[in-house]
Amino acid sequence: MSNTSDVIIVGGGVIGNAAAYYLSKKGVSVTVLEGSADIGHGGSSRNGGGVRQSGRDPRELPLAMYGIQNLWPGLSGELGIDTEYTPKGNLRLGKTQAHLDILRKLTDRAIACGLDVRMIGYEEIKSINPYLSDEVIGASWCPTDGHANPLTATLGFYVNARRLGARFISGEKAVKLQKVKGRLRKVVAESGVYEAETVIVAAGLESRPLLNTVGIDVPMTGNLMECLVTEAQPYLFDQMLGAAEADFYGHQSKHGSFVFGGSSGFEGCTLDKSGLLENYEKTAPATCRGIMRYFPDLKRAKIIRTWAGFIDVCADGVPVLGNAEEVPGLVIACAFSGHGFGISPAVGYNLAELITTGKTPVDISALRYDRFKAKI
Amino acid sequence: MGAVERILEREFVPADDDGVVVCRCEEITKGEIRRAVHDGIFTMTEMRRYLRAGMGLCQGQTCAKNVKALMARELGVPPLELEHATARSPMRPVEMYVLANEEVAD
Ligand SMILES: Cc1cc2nc3c(=O)[nH]c(=O)nc-3n(C[C@H](O)[C@H](O)[C@H](O)COP(=O)(O)OP(=O)(O)OC[C@H]3O[C@@H](n4cnc5c(N)ncnc54)[C@H](O)[C@@H]3O)c2cc1C
Repeated sequence: MSNTSDVIIVGGGVIGNAAAYYLSKKGVSVTVLEGSADIGHGGSSRNGGGVRQSGRDPRELPLAMYGIQNLWPGLSGELGIDTEYTPKGNLRLGKTQAHLDILRKLTDRAIACGLDVRMIGYEEIKSINPYLSDEVIGASWCPTDGHANPLTATLGFYVNARRLGARFISGEKAVKLQKVKGRLRKVVAESGVYEAETVIVAAGLESRPLLNTVGIDVPMTGNLMECLVTEAQPYLFDQMLGAAEADFYGHQSKHGSFVFGGSSGFEGCTLDKSGLLENYEKTAPATCRGIMRYFPDLKRAKIIRTWAGFIDVCADGVPVLGNAEEVPGLVIACAFSGHGFGISPAVGYNLAELITTGKTPVDISALRYDRFKAKI
Repeated sequence: MGAVERILEREFVPADDDGVVVCRCEEITKGEIRRAVHDGIFTMTEMRRYLRAGMGLCQGQTCAKNVKALMARELGVPPLELEHATARSPMRPVEMYVLANEEVAD
């Protein structure tokens, strides 16, 4: 088989797969190189499923809003796979005055960007979610936020891109990008060399060393984050939940289990000795204590699984997205900083537009790769 | 682990026993698993994520072997070539308030 296509995508996570799908739909020939044995084995299969606009940085918010208005609602039908998209709102909860101050700031900022989000008090919170602990005194409420299933969404994009003719190779780690006559042309991988007009680097944290091979650096670091899931429970609520300090978040999945993420405060300082993304012993117990303080009734729910995944945290907390003029033919899509799932359809769609028309429906110029300046 | 081209030459052929339930916790049938392989689901880890086969209460302790055999046959590879999905802690379901308690009795 010829190793030449119109576009090469490095990384078969939800971002790479979404881009592959929207490009294939436009008749562009695509090759996706996924370094691990499993498609979607990175953060894309390990996240909490939040599809949120509230709390997002104004530079990223337009992408989040675009996806929720234009892409998520029809996605399950379009892919023929249930992505379990549930736009039933997001409550970001506060228990102290300091929490409410944080929420108020985030809310004002989002309102200024045109998002429908507001602060609500105890009574209204209870009417939306009666199971919450009485310690919750206020919350921000964004009725158009929600959650989806990252596993079926990630693989749904993959299965459909593949059906439309995209070529996928797993166990094929890209090691080097190479220019030919001043233009990026080749991707050297462990078992082969691939050529294309355009290369999208969507390899999460690993994008950094790869981009370094053509002289581009994205300042980001890896943080190991953890989630847990309960056995299926009777239906309780539809909303996505978060907390002012972002230490607890989660939802009840369609299947009935609760998916919660939490932290111990040791994030970034735990050692993953095995390279197998091990859970840190203090995190799941801390997460359980956090959950029980918001949902006392869940104390007897059984935890059946815990896992960990890296987030690629950018120095300024928002992704790097778009062309790099220094390296014609290169498109960067990384540093999603723990919020890449919710915006993944919008990112994939906009990248496909960028590559085929040179323009994007959403202004992504604030996410440029060369925005980073030292503080003094 | 080598590079795997995600192509399957053979076509999906329906079978009489496609309705047999293989993963009892999540009620996933033989036909669904076989069809998923043709959708491009080539590993057991992907199968869990795609169909929830082996993701229920028993976490695949009952059906993993059968899922593996079915997938291997569909892919035309020996079952030994397929890796089991990663086992995740806790080994047995644990109630939240128990996992939350880190105090050591003296
Ligand atoms: C615990 C946790 C909770 C989260 N919660 C949320 C949430 O609620 N909402 C939300 O929006 N986001 C959330 N996120 C973030 C979200 O999961 C990510 O931003 C998103 O999945 C990024 O997708 P990606 O495709 O860029 O990265 P990944 O899924 O990491 O994909 C990158 C892929 O590239 C491959 N790769 C790496 N190097 C190479 C190479 N050299 N060659 C070829 N392939 C390579 C990897 O194997 C991987 O499959 C969470 C993340 C974690 C870890």
